[in-house]
Amino acid sequence: MGRKLIIDPVTRIEGHGKVTIQLDDDNNVIDAKLLVVEFRGFEKFIQGHPYWEAPMLLQRICGICFVSHHLCGAKALDDMVGVGYSTHNLITPTAEKMRRLGHYAQQLQSHATAYFYCIVPEMMLGMDAAPEKRNVLGLVAADPELIKRVVMLRKWGQELIQAVLGKKMHGISSIPGGVNNNLTAEVRDRFIKGDATIPSIDQMLEYSMEGLQLFYDFHEKNRAMVDSFGDAPALDMCLVDDNGDVDYYHGKMRIVDNDKKVVRELDYHDYLDHFSEATEEWSYMKFPFLKELGREKGSVRVGPLARVNVTKSYSTPLAQAALEKFHAYNKGKCSNKALHTNWARAIEILHSAELIKVLLRDPDLQKDQLLVTPTEAMWTGEGVGVVEAPRGTLLHHYRANKEGNITFANLVVATTQNNQVMNRTVRSVAEAYLGGQAEITEGMMNAIEVGIRAFDPCLSCATHALGEMPLEVTLLDAKGNQIDERRK
Amino acid sequence: MMIQLKIDGKNINARAGTPLMDVALENGVYIPALCYVKGQPCLGTCRVCSVKVGGVVAAACTVPVVHGMEVEVNEPEVTDMRKALVESLFAEGTHNCPSCEKSGRCDLQAVGYEVGMMVSRFEYRFTPRQRDYASEKILLERDRCIFCQRCVDFVRDEETGQKIFSISGRGANSRIEINAELANKMTSEQVTRAVNLCPVGTIVEKGVGFNEPIGKRKFEIKSVRERALAGDHK
Repeated sequence: MGRKLIIDPVTRIEGHGKVTIQLDDDNNVIDAKLLVVEFRGFEKFIQGHPYWEAPMLLQRICGICFVSHHLCGAKALDDMVGVGYSTHNLITPTAEKMRRLGHYAQQLQSHATAYFYCIVPEMMLGMDAAPEKRNVLGLVAADPELIKRVVMLRKWGQELIQAVLGKKMHGISSIPGGVNNNLTAEVRDRFIKGDATIPSIDQMLEYSMEGLQLFYDFHEKNRAMVDSFGDAPALDMCLVDDNGDVDYYHGKMRIVDNDKKVVRELDYHDYLDHFSEATEEWSYMKFPFLKELGREKGSVRVGPLARVNVTKSYSTPLAQAALEKFHAYNKGKCSNKALHTNWARAIEILHSAELIKVLLRDPDLQKDQLLVTPTEAMWTGEGVGVVEAPRGTLLHHYRANKEGNITFANLVVATTQNNQVMNRTVRSVAEAYLGGQAEITEGMMNAIEVGIRAFDPCLSCATHALGEMPLEVTLLDAKGNQIDERRK
Repeated sequence: MMIQLKIDGKNINARAGTPLMDVALENGVYIPALCYVKGQPCLGTCRVCSVKVGGVVAAACTVPVVHGMEVEVNEPEVTDMRKALVESLFAEGTHNCPSCEKSGRCDLQAVGYEVGMMVSRFEYRFTPRQRDYASEKILLERDRCIFCQRCVDFVRDEETGQKIFSISGRGANSRIEINAELANKMTSEQVTRAVNLCPVGTIVEKGVGFNEPIGKRKFEIKSVRERALAGDHK
């Protein structure tokens, strides 16, 4: 009975989400869809550009996780010129650690933005709070001291990104075969000790712990709701090291089922052998899935919840304690609960801060071996790069001809990986909050937003801070006729 | 022979016949320029160094100084004219500074900042031009070329003196060309010189990009004005 809805492509994913819900004659939900309009022009217009421009150009896909795109592109180019993980010639320790430092800094600031600006308003003020209060400005009124710390947490991450990449947004550090800069001792000390403009790394750890405590308090008061909201079963995937622990910069792609049994573990260079993508006429965004399992069973979840589900442990003590608590609460199984993503995100803020603290004390960051210059004979002409972006596993795949001209680019972004599970979440929330209802209330509409927002699929980041996430909910009767619509 | 002239009302002594551009810089008056290279024959192609000489607009790089000359550099009409010329260059080509490997080292970008350009008053043309990958060492990004002709006149085959770069077509259909056979004979030092000579990001060394960190690039350390006034023409 569906009804086809078309939205012209606007941007990659930021900005507009659309949900359609179809009810039967008894007002039960029989279908619910999330449409994220995504026009992937970048894959086309990068063709013809010189290969070394890719990490610079393609990071402009996103104004939030640009470091991830930058690093993904750089890793792909390492492969292409012959010094990547597909070869036996690796970049220098200083180069890899500089890349990791920028990566962790971005995860810190990106997660802090999503968590505090987009998610905490509901946690502190309630899902049914008035929209004009249920936003970051409402938080300012409710807890100004918290907001000061939040702003500083984000600023600290941005400052560290600038120290590594030269700019707070869309800078450049990674080049084929390494990086173009190291971290001076003076700059390092600024972040370790803090100065008049930014706090110390230890204060960042303190703020991160407070962020996690916010979730614990919210969970304590709303246990039933948090543990039942938006249940969406899926496989979980992330990059892991040789111990099976998450590695945000490099590793194998591990996919586990709900019992944490490893379903697949693959070298990401072989992703095309394992993954396929389904399309729907109602969405520009594809639905990746494991070929052998098919779309229904083989769709994966990526991002914070997937990572804490997959990883066995962390190397840092505070995050490890938080992870153990998470694993124990879920009785050793993977969590499929949408709001547990926010728990996972708070854990990862802490983990990022701890990883940064460890890395800042690594003397390799001050060394001068920045670049491995490959010979022409090492040229492979093809490269795949994968990192764990804040929103999940991100993949860039390029080919170039011997003249240096990019001839092919394929990007699989985290929000795309999550497409199926986001739709499942929308369906789950719709059934719980809309089933039997004929009228859409503001609270119902926001519940759907909360479910989507847990995935932080960029569209929420862009506007939720002002309570203006552009979301459209259409309610159809059993015959597909529109009976109500809310737009904001 | 020493002569006297006035630049913006200031009395200046100079050697007769010296290019006005050099005289201005030696006396602390900055005039933006894109095609002019000190010590090389003037090209007079970009016109960005336009000033008023005796009330008439002229390109400072093409004017030898004479006794009694009265020059206006920082006069509102000609100042805006220089700005318009720079804006027209941005509108005519495709200049995506944020993702260009020449950013921070680009004369056009630096002069754009210098003349206070925020946006071009002219409609952007986004003229499609192909990149030329034919040379082994040089990529030619045609859509960035401003047709200054620096490379055409000052980069030559060391053995024969033949031109390596040329301009084909006329008017809006002009495009920069490279003789791949001669370009393949260029030494790496010559390639580097050609890259640095190009005031934009048209001549690019293959495989090399973004090696200089943001904040440490040429014009981020010292502005184009400071460099010119200090006699630093590298």
